[in-house]
Amino acid sequence: MARTEVRFAGFGGQGIGLMGRLVGEAVALYEKGKNSVMTQSYGPESRGGASSADVVIDTGEIDFPKATELDYFVVLSEEAYHKYIPKLKKGGILFVEQDLVTLDDSANKAKHVFKIPATKIAESLGSKIFANIAMLGYVCENSKDIVSEEALVKVMKQKIKARYVEKNLVAFQKGKEYKQEG
Amino acid sequence: MSDDNSDQLEVLTGKHYVTGNLAVAEGSLAVGCKYFGGYPITPSSEIAEHMAMRLPQVNGHFVQFEDEIASIASILGASWGGAKSMTATSGPGYSLMVENIGLGMMTETPCVIVNVQRGGPSTGLPTLVGQQDVMQTKWGSHGDFEPIAISPSTVQECFDQAITCFNLSEKYRLPVTFLLDEVIGHMSERLVIPTKDKIKIISRKKPDVPPEEYLPYKAGKDLVPPMALAGEGYNVMMTGLTHDERGYPDISAEAQEINVRRINDKIRKNKKKIIQLEEYMLDDAEIALVSFGTTARSAKGAVNRAREKGIKVGLLRLITIWPFPDERIQLLADQVKKILVPEINYGQVCKEVERTVHGKTDVKGIFKLGGAIHSPEEILKEIERGTK
Repeated sequence: MARTEVRFAGFGGQGIGLMGRLVGEAVALYEKGKNSVMTQSYGPESRGGASSADVVIDTGEIDFPKATELDYFVVLSEEAYHKYIPKLKKGGILFVEQDLVTLDDSANKAKHVFKIPATKIAESLGSKIFANIAMLGYVCENSKDIVSEEALVKVMKQKIKARYVEKNLVAFQKGKEYKQEG
Repeated sequence: MSDDNSDQLEVLTGKHYVTGNLAVAEGSLAVGCKYFGGYPITPSSEIAEHMAMRLPQVNGHFVQFEDEIASIASILGASWGGAKSMTATSGPGYSLMVENIGLGMMTETPCVIVNVQRGGPSTGLPTLVGQQDVMQTKWGSHGDFEPIAISPSTVQECFDQAITCFNLSEKYRLPVTFLLDEVIGHMSERLVIPTKDKIKIISRKKPDVPPEEYLPYKAGKDLVPPMALAGEGYNVMMTGLTHDERGYPDISAEAQEINVRRINDKIRKNKKKIIQLEEYMLDDAEIALVSFGTTARSAKGAVNRAREKGIKVGLLRLITIWPFPDERIQLLADQVKKILVPEINYGQVCKEVERTVHGKTDVKGIFKLGGAIHSPEEILKEIERGTK
């Protein structure tokens, strides 16, 4: 397997860092023969503005730890979309929270765009805080070389606070089962 | 506070996915660190935060001080009280600590200072990467001393080499600096913590003579004197002044020759045992990269890309920065036609390489001033330039 680069991005408070950590850990600890490195944008801008988390996945040793040309871009805010869309490589895959992002097709080189109303799905479960995990379920179902459901669920059960696990797993399922409109 | 499983809690055997900073903390606990005195500073704060949570679980102590000067003083004191001790900081904090690091060198006090480097000078780039404290580690405190500094490139190494830092500080009796950088401190990777019996632990040599015969600064062949702790019944003397074997101040050229020569020679004469290097594709290399820390990962990426193009290039990764691996680099100078030194500063390791090779081969730095790491492509460009 070649190097795969995934970026999760949105605004502070959406749980972007958690998405990166869950995927990174699921790959590194439970996907046989795979390594991952997770880095987060780290700076004053992480308080409120655009927040991002990169996961680099490879079967071999990962030399350069940061993402350079994204294979996957998972985005939950308009600001992050405009900031990072040029980094998505030609033929890459884009996942968007459709109610929070208006696509600007001139900058978008994606081969395929997956859209989901992740926040609405989360709100139907009682709170928008589950939007990131609904998105993760959707990403997991529609991407082949990021992470398996089994590994991801294992890590979610360990890392998410006990009282939120159940709701998050439901959100994950809803995201997984979501079929794009049109 | 003291509970029965505190022993097991020292070593969290198993697979983890953590940041470099957390791995440093866990490595320190695994090798028996029982005291942390510090003043949190970005990008090292997670080490203090984690130690504050973890040390009470293993019957250790954590104290947050008013500043870095008090913090470093406290870890020297804790060490003389018998605890393996540490602090963690970044450039601005390290600047405040250097005076007492010198005291630690003169009093031969084992302890570990973690410096998670950010861009400087001064407060510089609080949240962004730098590698600008290499020379500060060597020359920051006044007088002659031979520091040990280790620089990790992976999260696993943050754990493993934290153990080495403590072991070297105990073996040779000196403050050891663990030089991370912001990227390695904050990135997450797999960490495998072995079982407790697989962790090599070295502790300071104790006196083997009764108290009345003990001379606290009398060393044997290895030049490292046995260390009695305060409260064990031995005369314990500490002074920053030049001292004799009893530890009494002796302000004379003769005493200075003996005292200062020995604290330097105990490292100089053991360089071969202390220095750790990683050699990557150097066997047939015509161009060599010399790098360390996060930058060494970019350098390795550049080597991989260059090799795909058929360019004979290799990497010498400095795990140990001080003492400097002069001998290995001199051999390299005989082999290659060019040495490139990528680093996130304006020429620190590069100048050491220049000094070492005595003009036998071309040396060129690839400098970034801080805030971002080199991409492999940037380094590759310089490699390709070097082949022309």
